[in-house]
Amino acid sequence: MKKYTYTEKKDTRSGFGAGMEVLGKSNPNVVALCADLVASLKLDAFIKDNPERFIQTGIAEANMIGIAAGLTIGGKIPFASTFANFATGRVYDQIRQSVAYSGKNVKICASHAGLTLGEDGATHQILEDLGLMKMLPGMTVINPCDFNQTKAATIAIADHEGPVYLRFGRPVVPVFTAPDQKFEIGKAWTVSEGADVSIFATGHLVWEAILAGEILEAEGIDAEIINIHTIKPLDEEAILKSAAKTRAVVTAEEHNRLGGLGDSVAQVLVRNLLVPQEYVAVNDSFGESGTPEQLMVKYGLSARNIVEAAKKAIARKG
Amino acid sequence: MEINQLKDVASQVRRDIVRMVHGCKSGHPGGSLGCTDLLVALYFEKMKLAVKDGKPVFNMDGAGEDLFFLSNGHISPVWYSVLARRGYFEASELATFRKLDSRLQGHPTTHEGLPGIRIASGSLGQGLSVAIGAALSKKLNSDPSKIYVLMGDGEQQEGQVWEAAAFAPHHQVDNLIAFIDFNGQQIDGPTRKVLDNRDLGAKYRAFGWEVIDLPGGNDIQAVLGGLDKAIAASGQEKPVMVILHTEMGYGVDYMMGTHKWHGAAPNDEQLAAALAQLPETLGDY
Repeated sequence: MKKYTYTEKKDTRSGFGAGMEVLGKSNPNVVALCADLVASLKLDAFIKDNPERFIQTGIAEANMIGIAAGLTIGGKIPFASTFANFATGRVYDQIRQSVAYSGKNVKICASHAGLTLGEDGATHQILEDLGLMKMLPGMTVINPCDFNQTKAATIAIADHEGPVYLRFGRPVVPVFTAPDQKFEIGKAWTVSEGADVSIFATGHLVWEAILAGEILEAEGIDAEIINIHTIKPLDEEAILKSAAKTRAVVTAEEHNRLGGLGDSVAQVLVRNLLVPQEYVAVNDSFGESGTPEQLMVKYGLSARNIVEAAKKAIARKG
Repeated sequence: MEINQLKDVASQVRRDIVRMVHGCKSGHPGGSLGCTDLLVALYFEKMKLAVKDGKPVFNMDGAGEDLFFLSNGHISPVWYSVLARRGYFEASELATFRKLDSRLQGHPTTHEGLPGIRIASGSLGQGLSVAIGAALSKKLNSDPSKIYVLMGDGEQQEGQVWEAAAFAPHHQVDNLIAFIDFNGQQIDGPTRKVLDNRDLGAKYRAFGWEVIDLPGGNDIQAVLGGLDKAIAASGQEKPVMVILHTEMGYGVDYMMGTHKWHGAAPNDEQLAAALAQLPETLGDY
């Protein structure tokens, strides 16, 4: 298994902020919007450099989405940002009608996604956002895994014409991907090649998958780890190629088991290649208050859970 | 255009509206008829449109031209008719309204590429926000043209409207002229009974808007005068709200003074009775 190390931990939302800082300098059409969460979204640098291209909407997310849709008329590229819960569930119909159905070039940038938001608890821990967003026709859905990848994804989506949902998080996590990498929307990244089981992971779960891969390796199991940073459009070719090789699949995501990455992968498999698949995901429940680490363990999203799922999938091989 | 010419256009638009909803046995004639004079005045007289060889040229970005947004998308018949009669597309296409494979969907959409439409609407309460975004885009592009948006009075019950109402004055979106179609009716009955909006003018004033009360929303001369006032009031650090007093169903006697024709189509006899009251001026599609 390929060796991954890290020298620092950073939050993926800071990757978003860093990407916005770059876009502020490189793309005069980029406009940032935020609903009273500027510091949490790490927008300070962008705002300092481009005060005229920042729009503070106050605590009014529905209006923010509508304004973002309107800004595209005239060629602006709005990045509308807030917590994932308020960026999706709260404003679903606004996104559906004014952004997705209208085909507007709006980037919905969602921080504090999933359980790892931590102590604020279930009201803020959305675990349904990937499902909500991927069901919208024409919506691109991206969930990068670390600071560097989030920064690269932020920069990349400015050049992609069409609505995008970019999901990232609150806690600091290992920075293990290359700085200044090129982000290719819809192109899965093979983290490590293997022969016995395919682990398709997204977001914070990619690092957990790497840890799981190391544990499995010590037990003589050769895992292939693939980072599915783009949930939609899904890299079906990469999924099928890996699954055809290993004949056993695990999906891992910080999301409800219903409607997330696992279901997207399952659709690909059921239509093309019948191999066992195990889910590492939240089992159709809300979250609760706690530290991110505690919650990941309690809700079954740790490396240890991925290891168990991998063994189960392998045991089910025909 | 002379007043009489505008009145002729309005009469034809009203014929188109009732014929369109009759043709597909569905749609919303009441509000469409009530807002006919406003849309005719805007598109045929007051809005600065991108035009080539006398015909409007549609471009999504709308650089250098005034833009109109319809937030209460269910009155699509009036908008489609006015767009067609203004030359955005052939009037014959009005016959496809609400039918399979049509660009004239029940509610307006960009999805089918109909010229003149810049956002989907129908789910209420979203258009004011979109219009604010488009107005801010104009400002960022140093484009001095204006943004017009029409909402319903029942639509004022949607919460998002008030998010937008607070935003626009705070950010001095003064290139925005909004209208409320104040006809006092909504699907379930008179707006006062369903959920009373109380004094909308006072509400918007309190939010920091320049509010213009415009009685005579079905008198094209009065509408033109009101638009002049609104345009003169714009550009002074405040968004402008015009409360346009209209009568739902105006122009067809049996559709007036009731909410019953909000979303109902006339039968053959009712169609004939309506058309008898509306002179054909530009030729039926």
